[in-house]
Parts: sequence; structure tokens; C-alpha cells
Amino acid sequence: MLTCQQVTELVTRYLEGQMEWRQRVAFWCHLAVCPHCRRYVRQMRVTIATLGKLPEEPPPPQERKALLEHYRAWSQKPE
Amino acid sequence: MRTHGDTAWLGSDSDQELVQRLLRRDEAAFVRLVDTYHFRLLRLALPLVGSRSVAEETVQDTWLAILDGLAGFEGRCSLKTWMFHILLNRARSRAAKEGRSLPFSALGPAEEGPVEEPERFTAAGMWAVPPSPWGVESPEALVLRGEAMECIEEVLAQLPANQRAVVTLRDVEGLAAEEVRELLQLSESNQRVLLHRGRAKLRRALEERFGEAR
Repeated sequence: MLTCQQVTELVTRYLEGQMEWRQRVAFWCHLAVCPHCRRYVRQMRVTIATLGKLPEEPPPPQERKALLEHYRAWSQKPE
Repeated sequence: MRTHGDTAWLGSDSDQELVQRLLRRDEAAFVRLVDTYHFRLLRLALPLVGSRSVAEETVQDTWLAILDGLAGFEGRCSLKTWMFHILLNRARSRAAKEGRSLPFSALGPAEEGPVEEPERFTAAGMWAVPPSPWGVESPEALVLRGEAMECIEEVLAQLPANQRAVVTLRDVEGLAAEEVRELLQLSESNQRVLLHRGRAKLRRALEERFGEAR
């Protein structure tokens, strides 16, 4: 039987699909009986999903303008 | 504000079509490419080079290298991954010129020890102080709370550079684990350890911010 502490060390291996089947079964068995570890794994998934939703900003106008100038200069080069 | 999920404008254009438009001197296509990727290139450059000004210069160099390499893009990986490869190459050659290596090219001072405080477990390894509920436990609900995003950005910025680069590529940009390993030249176990440590710190920061009183 895995301990809760082991679960917190193995969770990435589990979520990344890098566990061999025996270990995966042991992990599942632990989660089946441990609500705290189920919460831990769920919070880890939520953390990961939230990272994928971080906001992005468009570049500052002067930066965009400078890059467009580069593109224009590049466009003038013979192909 | 966009996230990596929202590249709908690329939907009708495959990467190859986009590249063809860029090669045909289509300024609108270039502006959209810059709007979509400039920030993301900068976000990845920051942990690689260590200072904002050097990161900005590296991204400038990267754009020039992208234009020069465009005709050679073969579509063996996505345009995004290809652009990240170019950024990594620029960052590496710059680091080499300055006689240093990128933070992840050496193993670096590996962090050791458990990711969660040992005091949170009993002697038998069971939870003594279990994870506290957050009240909100869906990413959508967290996104709606601006403070959650701020908290994540703050903690991400404080991670050791190698953890930050791995978490950025794998979780923020959503690249496959193999692509991350190849980009950062890491072994599978190394990459996993860095990812694990980074993610664990982020979860804990959210728990500290949103966890209900124990």
C-alpha cells in the first residue's frame, strides 16, 4: 500500500502517464480509499489546467511597429 | 487577452498555409503572428536568459531568425514548436558567447527532499494536515478570480529557472512532454522532477491563498 506522502511524490509520474502498470494499480488503490489524496490529485489537475489559461498580452505598439519594419525590410530582400 | 487554446484564427490556416502567406509578404499575417507569439516568446525567454533586457533582445533576434528560416520550415513540428526551437538556439548561442550555459543545460543545483513538508504527514506517511479545500475547484472558476491568475504568475516567476522553463513549455504552452525534453535537452526523469517540483509549489501557493481554514 502506498502512503499519502508517496502519492504526493508520484503524482506527476501518474498524471504524465509515466507509470508502469503495477505502480498505477497501487496508485489507484490508494486513491480509492483516500479522499485527501483524491483532493490532492484533483488540485494538481486544476493547477495544471489553470496554467494553460494564463492571460497573454499583445506586444506594445512600438514593439509591433518595429517588428513590422523588420518584416518590410525582409520582404524587400531578393528571395 | 488570449490563451493558448484560442488560436481560432489559425484554425482555417494550417501552419503551412500561414507560412506561405508570410512568404508572400502578407503583412496582416505577420502582424497576427507577432500578436500571438511575441508575448509567449518573451515569457519563455525570461527564465532562459535571466534578465528582462536580454530576454527582449533575444526575442528580437529570434524574430529575425524566424523570418530568415521561414522558407525552410518543413512542418515536421508545429510552427509554435519550431519558433520555440529557434528561441532556444538564439538563447544558447548568446549564452555561449557570454561564456555561460543555460540554466537547464547543466543539472544545476538539484533541489532535494520531499515536495510537501514532512510535518504534514504522520510517521506512517499518512496525511496529518491534509490538503484543504479551495472552495473553487475548477480551472474556469479559478480563472474568474483574477487573484488566482496573479498568484500563479507570481509563483511561476519565482520558480528556479529550469523548473519555470519546463512548467512554461509543458503546462502553460501545452507542448508534449517529449517536445519539452527535446527543446530543453533534458532526460525524461530530469524533466519530470523539474515539472513535479514546479507544479507542487504552484499547487501549494494556491492552497495557501484559497485553502479554507483547517
